[in-house]
Amino acid sequence: MKKIGSLLITGLLALTLSACGSSSENAPAASDGTGSSNEVVTYTIGTDATFPPFEYEQDGKYVGIDIDLIHAIGELEGFKVDLKPMNFKGIIPAITAKQLDAAIAGISITDERKQVVNLSDTYFEAGLSLVVHSDNDSITKPEDLKGKVIAIKKGTAGSKKAEELAKEYDITLNYFDSSPAMFQEVVNKNADATIEDFPVISYKLAVDPNANLKIVGERLTGDQYGIAVSKDNEELLQKINDGIKKLKESGKYDEIIKKYIGTSAK
Amino acid sequence: MMSSWQVIVDAMPLLLQGLWITVKIVVISLLIAFVIGLITGLMNTSSNKILKFIATLYIDIIRGTPLLVQMFFIYFALPAFLDIRIPAETAGIIAISANAGAYIAEIFRAGISSIDNGQREAARSLGLSQVQTMRLVILPQAFRRMIPAFVNQCTISIKDTSLLSVIGIRELTQSGEIIISTNYRAFEIWGTVGVLYFIIIYGISRLSRVLERRLSLK
Repeated sequence: MKKIGSLLITGLLALTLSACGSSSENAPAASDGTGSSNEVVTYTIGTDATFPPFEYEQDGKYVGIDIDLIHAIGELEGFKVDLKPMNFKGIIPAITAKQLDAAIAGISITDERKQVVNLSDTYFEAGLSLVVHSDNDSITKPEDLKGKVIAIKKGTAGSKKAEELAKEYDITLNYFDSSPAMFQEVVNKNADATIEDFPVISYKLAVDPNANLKIVGERLTGDQYGIAVSKDNEELLQKINDGIKKLKESGKYDEIIKKYIGTSAK
Repeated sequence: MMSSWQVIVDAMPLLLQGLWITVKIVVISLLIAFVIGLITGLMNTSSNKILKFIATLYIDIIRGTPLLVQMFFIYFALPAFLDIRIPAETAGIIAISANAGAYIAEIFRAGISSIDNGQREAARSLGLSQVQTMRLVILPQAFRRMIPAFVNQCTISIKDTSLLSVIGIRELTQSGEIIISTNYRAFEIWGTVGVLYFIIIYGISRLSRVLERRLSLK
């Protein structure tokens, strides 16, 4: 009996070890991008895990505007994409820690981010919206947030905006890791409002009429999305900017946007 | 680039606020967990089948599910389902105390059953009631044996509070994440956060050794 047990355990160990071995072989660490022109380089590209319509999971696969764009850019520029969905707050640190070559995750172009990573040319005009519970009629503009609680997502343009507002008015900030958690906080009335990228919240309201959320007031900012690339990899930045330009010229870009939002981005 | 020291010094006020929340939640949760654990532990050692069943069911549910899932359930799922509002810190305290309570119940049960049956028989034959026997003879002896296990659970619960960052509580880990999301200085901040946790947990371990020596029978 004992023998069989130990055999089983050894077998299991061997299996797990070999599984680890093989999985690490086909998941290369961040590459240095010095692949010669005749072999296809694979880049490790980070993305948010839950940010529809830009990236989300459907039938076990990641889909969305960002996912289609980066694959299309890869095809044009001759590199393979190894996608790594993760918490948004970890994305920029992962690029600086050389865990990722680049990331496409609805990343707003900001000066702080430019200090630690390279950002590509704009590929989407976004902007931030103020979102409240659908029963809430007391908040229509930023000034109404005095003494209120705002739910925000760590490390986002929305959180930066909320932190600025908090300096101006007396606001309590609750931080979360994902958009769904942040929305849930408002739906459960633990927070009075949230600040989210306009395309994301408008998409959510379009696909989920029972969301119990609504957009109030004007857009707060005119953010632009760019693709973040490691500072050590100028070549990849070139390729990505080149790819964005080609996609916009060929009409393929509009096609991708239409597929997810239904109207072409202006 | 700011120097590492400057980054740490700038982060300190926020991190210490987070540490305070961590300590506050742990202290309140462990007090509640101690009561839950005592009651459940006694239920578990009683001869009443129904009490025993309830206690066992509770312990099995807690031990059989991840704490993170328990937290999500209490904070996101229950309020939506029951249409009530549970503030984040309350939900956190409920989750940690319910979780630690189940483990402490097991510590109590093991402690109580480790006391020789002769002790109980002797106390009963001296005319003590069942409750008196438990209170005056069994529990004091059992309690002494339980101290190392309690301290262990205490350190586990302190580390468990770091999971509360997922429901938006600004404890120590969450404070670290918030700072990094604006300054991207992961090395300095996580290093400091780790040191702060270590100081608290190591302090408790030292304290418990003193306590054990004080209470040990010469």
